[in-house]
Amino acid sequence: MSDAIQRRQFLIGAGGATLAAAVPPAAPAAETPLLSAPSQPAAPQQAAGDSFQILSAAEAAFLGAVADTMIPADGLSPSGSDCGVVVYIDRQLAGAYGAGSRIYTAGPFQPPQRGTGWQSPLPPLGFFRAGIAAADHWCVATYGHSLDHLDEAGRIVALKAMEKGEASFQGIASKLFFVELLQLVMEGFFSDPIYGGNRDKASWRMVGYPGLPATYREKIEAWRGKRYEQDPQSIADFS
Amino acid sequence: MTRRLKEVDAVLVGMGWTGSIMARELSRAGLSVVGLERGQDRKPADAFALPGIRDELRYALRQELMLDPAVQTVTLRHDDSQIAQPVRRFGSFLPGDGVGGMGTHWNGQTYRFLPSDHKLRSHLSQRYGAKAIPEDMMIADWPIGYDELEGHYARFEALCGISGKAGNIRGEIQEGGNPFEGWRSGEYPNKPLKSSQGGVLFAAAAKSLGYHPFPSPAANASNPYTNPEGVKLGGCQYCGHCERFGCEADAKASPQTTLLPVLAKDPRVEIRDLAYVSKLNYDRKAKRITSVTYVDLRTGEELEQPAGLVILSAWVFGNTHLMLHSGIGTAYDAKTGKGTVGRNYCYQINSGAQLFLENEELNPFMGTGALGMVIDDFNGDNFDHSGLGFFGGGYVTLNTLGARPISFRPVPPGTPAWGKEWKAATAKWYRHGATISVQGSNYASRGNHLDLDPTYRDPLGRPLLRMTYNFTDNDRKMSAFVTGKAAEIAKAMGAQHVGVRARSGDFDVVPYQTSHNTGGTPMGSDPHTSVVNRYLQSWDAHNLFVLGSSVFPQNAGYNPTGAVGALAYWAADAIVGKYLKNPSALIPA
Repeated sequence: MSDAIQRRQFLIGAGGATLAAAVPPAAPAAETPLLSAPSQPAAPQQAAGDSFQILSAAEAAFLGAVADTMIPADGLSPSGSDCGVVVYIDRQLAGAYGAGSRIYTAGPFQPPQRGTGWQSPLPPLGFFRAGIAAADHWCVATYGHSLDHLDEAGRIVALKAMEKGEASFQGIASKLFFVELLQLVMEGFFSDPIYGGNRDKASWRMVGYPGLPATYREKIEAWRGKRYEQDPQSIADFS
Repeated sequence: MTRRLKEVDAVLVGMGWTGSIMARELSRAGLSVVGLERGQDRKPADAFALPGIRDELRYALRQELMLDPAVQTVTLRHDDSQIAQPVRRFGSFLPGDGVGGMGTHWNGQTYRFLPSDHKLRSHLSQRYGAKAIPEDMMIADWPIGYDELEGHYARFEALCGISGKAGNIRGEIQEGGNPFEGWRSGEYPNKPLKSSQGGVLFAAAAKSLGYHPFPSPAANASNPYTNPEGVKLGGCQYCGHCERFGCEADAKASPQTTLLPVLAKDPRVEIRDLAYVSKLNYDRKAKRITSVTYVDLRTGEELEQPAGLVILSAWVFGNTHLMLHSGIGTAYDAKTGKGTVGRNYCYQINSGAQLFLENEELNPFMGTGALGMVIDDFNGDNFDHSGLGFFGGGYVTLNTLGARPISFRPVPPGTPAWGKEWKAATAKWYRHGATISVQGSNYASRGNHLDLDPTYRDPLGRPLLRMTYNFTDNDRKMSAFVTGKAAEIAKAMGAQHVGVRARSGDFDVVPYQTSHNTGGTPMGSDPHTSVVNRYLQSWDAHNLFVLGSSVFPQNAGYNPTGAVGALAYWAADAIVGKYLKNPSALIPA
């Protein structure tokens, strides 16, 4: 194991399999794409240690533990953090999304009634910061360790308690926090790699989503009932 | 200090589908037209180009082409015993934003309403007896019959180059079309799209059960098409990025691909974007609107645009909000049943059955916004409602809309939402999952309505629109019944797993359901129960016409855009053919 990967595991907490061993072989391109794109998949973009714009070390460690528990490394894909999910969340929280873009923010505020959705006075960055602090506090109080220092079985138990709303956080509903967290993790795993997650299009390879250019006018009938495969292409491959 | 501009013949508030259609028709009649649009004027060749337009996070999740709730939103409560809370993030419905409006990012499913939907109350009274209609169900006849509107439906379909198969041409039932539909004067302008494997399997199963499958009518051009305006649409690429996206192939009919190129060259039409209309200035005594006040969002300056004719084409919320805020007509009071503005607010009761076909290669990412096979056997009053305990229904369809992976990740019921087991199921089923959807009607209910919120304000300082809305027992029973039919078809397709999700419980603004909101300014024959007459002319201001689904007295089990487009042409004909000759009330109040 290289120093770089050891450092990553120090930063992010829950390490997993190394990337090279876990990437499934690239599927052969079914046809030449319309737009020019490299014929070989790009080398894995995982660099030596992720750097963060806005997350603290403790926040990054918590999110790494979450990402690797929700998306564990196995034969289907590398772990969530190795796929860049924590970097994705960092970039989102550091940008317009984290600052509360596209949210009506005027008061007065009340806890949400059934059916009215998001009512937090905090923008997403503040909400996740408060949520992570509450979750870590609860983990230490309940299990004696922060989430990233629990083993995999322990992390699963902790996340399930949050998912069911059985984890009693201080000042924030664990279930609401979990729902928002799961959404961000899945966005990071499945979105176009230009946002920092889904490195090497790992999730698209896992499910068989071809990505771009998605011009199937001449293919939908020709491939009807037959498995169409293409080495997935992202926005960056055409830029 | 408000700067007063030079008077024009007509001013339009909102430049989506209805504003674009009306601008074209009024200019054709020789009027000078100003279109005011709150959002941006995006240029498709640049804004909707490859590769950036294929960005699910940016467009589908972060909703770049949609209205920003910080600019305008609504508050929500389920009934009038609650204090409404603002919808801080849009979820269940996504209002449009910018020139082209929701026509920019719709799927393109383009239906006509049934002839019986046009005369709903009298039809149901005749078949089941007037007493069978629940007292609080405020359904009404349209003041326009299907036969009167047929030519206008056809005109909108020709504008868009709709791809489909007719089921009824002048009373002759056509093989492969929808046998329940109203008569058509002719075939669709474009042949149906190529079906997906999911659609083929759905059609075969539906047929085996005795139902009548037909291809979804699509504003995704199956072949390149030149519309009657001389504008060329491209052939659909089946890219699976319609809803929430702009179309890089110019194959999805939208104002941009059908009308705006003509308006751009028209010296009588001026479209001002980033123009946020705050108020219609109403002369109560003269019963007319004198001008429109708006804020130029580039400078912050307030301007007043006088006009002889005022068109509200600002979607359901904008139309209703501007009428209420400007004091035009009387606000509806749900307690007394008096007043009209805000009445008959409806939504749509959508549900579905997710199915999993282990041995079928579905290639679900090859799709279009309106690619599907449909049955109409359980829509409207196409089936006998005796003893069922509800009215209404919906079409049942298997659509292959695309399989963008942040949102499309079907796993069988009971699968965890994360972890090792979730991953294995996601990898296994992504290519083998499909959804049969129900597009369910929503009939107006006495308690469901729109008014002004007493607490929350928008950035212009106006009260937000308040939505008082919940599903009714009629809705839940209808949804359970029709969703059961969807599940029946899923099983007949040989699915290993079926996840059935009928609509139940209370309305929730978080999960996406549909952006087919309707009502608030209903049309009708009686000024005591409607806001506009059969020409969509305000009962309270004769030079004000209101366009869009806000005029529906209730919502049918169809996507509304076909009817919205037809009504825009209908109102334009009334303005040009009748109103301009004698500007006054076309029907005495």
